[in-house]
Amino acid sequence: MQALYAQLLVGLINGSFYALLSLGLAVIFGMLNIINFAHGAVYMMGAFCAYFLLNVMGIGYWPALIIAPIAVGIFGMILERTMLQWLSGLDHLYGLLLTFGIALIIQGVFQNYFGSSGLPYAIPDELKGGINLGFMFLPIYRGWVVVFSLVVCLATWYLIEKTRLGANLRAATENPTLVRAFGINVPRMITLTYGLGVGLAALAGVLSAPINQVRPLMGADLIIVVFAVVVIGGMGSIMGSIITGFALGVIEGLTKYFYPEASNTVVFVLMVLVLLVKPTGLTGRATT
Amino acid sequence: MKNRIAAFLLGTALAFGAGSAAFAQDKAIKIGVLTDNSGLYSDLGGAGSTLAAQMAVEDSGLAKKGWKIDIVSADHQNKPDIAVNTARQWIDVDKVDIFMDVLNSGVALAVNNLVKEKNAIMINTGAASSDLTNAQCSPNTIHWVYDTYMLANSTGQALVKAGGDSWYFLTADYAFGHALERDTTAVVVKSGGKVIGGVKHPLNTADFSSFLLQAQASKAKIIGMANAGGDTTNTIKQASEFGIVAGGQKLAGLLLFITDVHSLGLKVAQGLNFTETFYWDLNDGTRAFSKRFSERSKNKAQPSMVQAGVYSGLIHYFKALEAMGGNPHDGAKVVAKMKEMPTDDPLFGAGSIRADGRKIHPAYLFEVKKPEESKGPWDYYKLIGTTPGDKAFRPLSESACPLVKK
Repeated sequence: MQALYAQLLVGLINGSFYALLSLGLAVIFGMLNIINFAHGAVYMMGAFCAYFLLNVMGIGYWPALIIAPIAVGIFGMILERTMLQWLSGLDHLYGLLLTFGIALIIQGVFQNYFGSSGLPYAIPDELKGGINLGFMFLPIYRGWVVVFSLVVCLATWYLIEKTRLGANLRAATENPTLVRAFGINVPRMITLTYGLGVGLAALAGVLSAPINQVRPLMGADLIIVVFAVVVIGGMGSIMGSIITGFALGVIEGLTKYFYPEASNTVVFVLMVLVLLVKPTGLTGRATT
Repeated sequence: MKNRIAAFLLGTALAFGAGSAAFAQDKAIKIGVLTDNSGLYSDLGGAGSTLAAQMAVEDSGLAKKGWKIDIVSADHQNKPDIAVNTARQWIDVDKVDIFMDVLNSGVALAVNNLVKEKNAIMINTGAASSDLTNAQCSPNTIHWVYDTYMLANSTGQALVKAGGDSWYFLTADYAFGHALERDTTAVVVKSGGKVIGGVKHPLNTADFSSFLLQAQASKAKIIGMANAGGDTTNTIKQASEFGIVAGGQKLAGLLLFITDVHSLGLKVAQGLNFTETFYWDLNDGTRAFSKRFSERSKNKAQPSMVQAGVYSGLIHYFKALEAMGGNPHDGAKVVAKMKEMPTDDPLFGAGSIRADGRKIHPAYLFEVKKPEESKGPWDYYKLIGTTPGDKAFRPLSESACPLVKK
């Protein structure tokens, strides 16, 4: 039983990465209608950014939590301005292919310069060590990841669903022409939204740098699972992707305990089941 | 009578034909470096293996003696089907004589069959599975650098002797992981230890915390990592996070490369024990080669044992071809010649190749230095034990290879 509690907690930790990443994807898909395959690559860039801040400029983990998402977010906005914006109104497939290509290029460039085995990044001193919870040894850093990502997820949800800015944004996706008539700069808003989604991915990258090796392929390994999370949660649904992110982390954690060989597959089995029963995802609404 | 004369004439003609063919011996060689150029193993093989092959060609001096040597390289993406397709095309269309590197046991076992069927040559320097020279042995394959039996034997025995008598395995769920776990289990049990559990994880797993918690709960003294590359580095990194080593359990890296230690950093990797057959800082010969290698390699990296094996294997291959006076393009014949000749190069020292295709040389047990012991970049290992070549690998008496005459 103790082991089970431990696995639940570990699942929750992984779930927080899934939640952060799928949240960014959901924001981008919900607002821009782009299936952002470059999400794994920008997640990786976030981690690399933290590495460079530390090793080249001597800037530690805490500032990196803010600087890296902003820097990578700006990179994302440049991408949106120079490339993605020309695809608005076209079939989803074009955006998917473009971002997939961008992801391959970014990963290839990083791999060429830094190799495949990755770079070390240490846990910040303040968060070293762990607490013995009785049923498991919880590294403080992991606990921090869960709490922090939960806060970020809820804040993002609040921003989009409950504030005036969010309302404008949602209106702009619904009917851009009308919203423009009210004097709102829709293209700029879309650029900022893409930057926000990309920034969230980069933030997840910084969070994961002390846990996983900082490797060029770290995002590519993760992105497929995250897509499954978004599909299960309902494309474009903010709360849906947060909840599914955490839930799938837990389910995956339990699989690792009961039948580890299937831990890679369980998410996709669930995805198939959900699609068969409810094609719009758990929280998605049918589109007309 | 007429028939006998005709037969005689025919025999003469054939002998003459064969003789003239021998006279105009073919001096062209085509080398194929089949490796992981883009995935998780590309640092320990990849472009570095191709560089090692180039250096072997240059150092052999064969070009000056009228030989024409070409190198081709391809990325097998760690997928056996892609590897076999590439290999088939290389043999049938591009006339590749010899396959080098071929890391990843799944890929190696698949290519092994093809190479035998087509009578080409494989000098495998990257794959670990000891099956390549045991049940799956082939007259066309030489397993050059290391194998799971040797790793298990050296690291496993040393750790059990040091008191690590209960083991828990974290095993990569494919041919290599299974072989490594199997061979290590045998050694642990033979040395008086016991295996109390294990878990098989999918290849390329990012998060090991679930598995590590299970290993922690097992209370085993040794957690054996029967995995490689990014899987191993992530395990080690996360094990330190969960306080596994601090809690008194010891991690055993059953297969670790210098590129892994480099990527982990000494702070995390210090104190790990594992076995390799090549280290750049072993002696003057290895240092001289590694210096030339790192000057030409990406990020000034030192050679891994896989890359060093490519160089050493090709040098021996060239020696055999030179002794034969030309390239007969007959894999089994060349491999037989290579087995006849003793091996000797500055990287692995003097050695030999056994009937089952196993290359014999010493195995070194290393410990990773503490950060304060390291004098500079890539100065990572302390040598703590050497197993002589004749004791390091599976004895022929235990071999299931049909090539071994008993």
